[in-house]
Amino acid sequence: MAEATGTVRGRDAGAGRLVRWDVVVTALLVAVFFGGVGISPDFGGTDNLSFALGDLGEIALIALPMTLLVVCGQVDLSVASVLGLAGALTGRLWEAGWAFEAIVPAVLAVGALCGLINGLLVTRLGLPSLAVTIGTLSLYRGLAYVVLGTEAVSQFPARYAELTTTAVPGTPIPYQIALFALLAVVTALVLHATGVGRAMFAIGAQEDAAFHAGIRVKRIKLALFAVSGLTAAFAGVVYTLRYGSARADNGMGLELAVIAAVLLGGVDFNGGKGTLGGVISGVLLIGLLRNLLMLNDVATEIQSVVTGLLLIVSVLTPRLVGMARERRARRRPAAAST
Amino acid sequence: MNTSAPPTPPRLALVNVSKAFGAVQALRGVTIELYAGEVHALAGENGAGKSTVVKTFAGVHRPDSGEVRLDGEPVVFNGPADAQAAGVAVIYQEPTLFPDLSVAENIFMGRQPRTSLGRIDRKAMHAAAADLFARLGVALDPRQPARGLSIADQQVVEIAKAISRDAKVLIMDEPTAALTGQEVARLFAVTRTLQQAGCAILFISHRLEEIFELCQRVTTLRDGTWVGTEPLDGLTADDLVQRMVGRELEELYPKQEVAPGPVALKVSRLTREGVFTDVSFQVRRGEIVALAGLVGAGRSEVARAIFGVDRWDAGEVEVDGTRLPPASPTAAMAAGLAFVPEDRRQQGLVMDMSIERNIGLTQLRSLRRASGPGPLISRRVERDRARDWALRLQLKFSRLSDAVGVLSGGNQQKVVLAKWLATEPSVLIVDEPTRGIDVGTKAEVHRLLSELAARNMAVLMISSDLPEVLGMADRVLVMHEGRLVAEIPRAEATEESVMAAATGRRVGKEAA
Repeated sequence: MAEATGTVRGRDAGAGRLVRWDVVVTALLVAVFFGGVGISPDFGGTDNLSFALGDLGEIALIALPMTLLVVCGQVDLSVASVLGLAGALTGRLWEAGWAFEAIVPAVLAVGALCGLINGLLVTRLGLPSLAVTIGTLSLYRGLAYVVLGTEAVSQFPARYAELTTTAVPGTPIPYQIALFALLAVVTALVLHATGVGRAMFAIGAQEDAAFHAGIRVKRIKLALFAVSGLTAAFAGVVYTLRYGSARADNGMGLELAVIAAVLLGGVDFNGGKGTLGGVISGVLLIGLLRNLLMLNDVATEIQSVVTGLLLIVSVLTPRLVGMARERRARRRPAAAST
Repeated sequence: MNTSAPPTPPRLALVNVSKAFGAVQALRGVTIELYAGEVHALAGENGAGKSTVVKTFAGVHRPDSGEVRLDGEPVVFNGPADAQAAGVAVIYQEPTLFPDLSVAENIFMGRQPRTSLGRIDRKAMHAAAADLFARLGVALDPRQPARGLSIADQQVVEIAKAISRDAKVLIMDEPTAALTGQEVARLFAVTRTLQQAGCAILFISHRLEEIFELCQRVTTLRDGTWVGTEPLDGLTADDLVQRMVGRELEELYPKQEVAPGPVALKVSRLTREGVFTDVSFQVRRGEIVALAGLVGAGRSEVARAIFGVDRWDAGEVEVDGTRLPPASPTAAMAAGLAFVPEDRRQQGLVMDMSIERNIGLTQLRSLRRASGPGPLISRRVERDRARDWALRLQLKFSRLSDAVGVLSGGNQQKVVLAKWLATEPSVLIVDEPTRGIDVGTKAEVHRLLSELAARNMAVLMISSDLPEVLGMADRVLVMHEGRLVAEIPRAEATEESVMAAATGRRVGKEAA
């Protein structure tokens, strides 16, 4: 009876389809890359790719905690506003004469606090995270304007600014992407190889069952929202330094690119399913596409159209594939009977 | 009683039907004939193919070979709509009504009577619904919203819907699994009314006594094959079980005598306002204590509070002498409690997750420790432990990485037990441990509980199945309206004494 071979691949909830989706996104990534090389001669150059990666840094970093949140069946739409608030605070404090070394921890603490507020509203009051973070999206962005108004602060210390615009010596890899790579490995291990990761999948797939298994559901959610806020604030500092400009409207609308990358990576918006490998492919794909559109002087409005379409396609495709597969499965036995 | 073949062809029949899903042969040459005016039972263990038969009748599945016949003529149902149009109605264990619509609106969904202006004629609709309920002999208000109806009432609404559609065949798939005794009696009365009106009825239940009470003939399936169709008259329950399992069944209630050890679970004056009041009892190691009572008496609520998934307002709980903080399942587990909840699909298991992950979910910390230093869990350790428990509980599965949702109900329950036994608890609380699972697995679960008690575990068992309570428990605690009203030792526990206490007619020995 108990024939217990089983493979180690595709072990996460309902992974069969998702593993294939990972492959699809990765294949798409390769196709876009070579297609891009064909269209724009500059695209494949090391300089451009290095720039494209650097340009992707904030999205990539924020996508990591976002993946964990979405696996838990949650979402944080306020990340771009926290990024903006972090930038505005950086600017205001710099202007006020704070040392940059003191500004960073203060800003990170504010980011974590923003995330904590999201988390408390979700876990203590039982509100849906979508609604909570739509609210705080507006709230935190508003605070950014309260802090800095419409002015722009620049002239940040060059040795920090350089870190966000140069590559690790001897490689074409920007510092923020090197950091992303490191954190991605950690996140992947947490999600796929620790008890907390197991718990996250269970929370996303069936929260009640996770709770009945003694998993501290609220604590995990709360921690994730705090980490999400913290990461978004860090990304805000990176963004400010990279553009050399602290403004209240920094990174407006960035949350959609992050969520598009996560969903494109095959994470189920309903929670409980997904892999971090898929998300990395999703992030890179979004980055390449954005860069390609930019190189070809496509207007930013069109870029946002593309992001929107990708988001819809990424949610729709697995569902359509599933429906087609079901229909085929239903037709096959009927056909076989004749 | 139809012992000889009636002259008219059967209303609805499967003739020599086979059906496979991938590599699994669900049905192999099954024939089953439903005659007008007859209640036909379908018996078989979980996985025997009963659901496939139901779904074939309902038009959800099409046979790979063989045919469906309606009044003797071959028909093809291309979907549930075809079957419905042919007069086949299916009543499931848990009906799915629209909770925000009224009872009458649910009955006439999509076929509401209209006024001359084309608006929905509520008056006519309510009158028609009331008329249906009168014919069925039940008291339900057509205006009341479906939300909040008991499962029994929801089924009655489904039956009324079927009659209003002029259904000629009624398929009842385990309708009694979640009903209380009185509700079952009412359902049977309704069913007999329909039978006299000439309906052909197929009835499925795991409770054999119900089959004998209601049905005239029975078809038995085993592993997807047809074992036989015969009149129930002259058959005994043992005969039927033997046909279902194909062997002599081991004793259904293999209770071992165990000398009780020290107190493992001590509940003192536990109260949750408006739910249960002043509940005190103890469970010793080696004991199986049943918590009996009617549905709604507060049994599950007490168990949920003890384990910490619900809060309590007053009182205390001790496990092996350790006082538990309120509302912390994590602390309860650390103290040695395990809780198999009533709702397997929502609370017991993560249905989309694999068997191994479900088993491991309660021991994430110990899996990590067993995986060596560092924070990571080794897949091999996780799998080995899951396999170990799967084998111990004789789980039937193909791969441990399969989603637990593909298993049969009985096997799912084994996974829930595995995931809790793997925590090596000193106190095991099981809420309706054998609801909706077949006799074979039921006997296995009972043997397991008995062995666990013999190995010094304290077991608290909530059950609505009286024979189970009487067969397994060393002591029976009875709750009535949120209070513990009686404690009956094994020797004095009878259906009468337990029911008398459960219905508040008798207050037995005061509970400790």
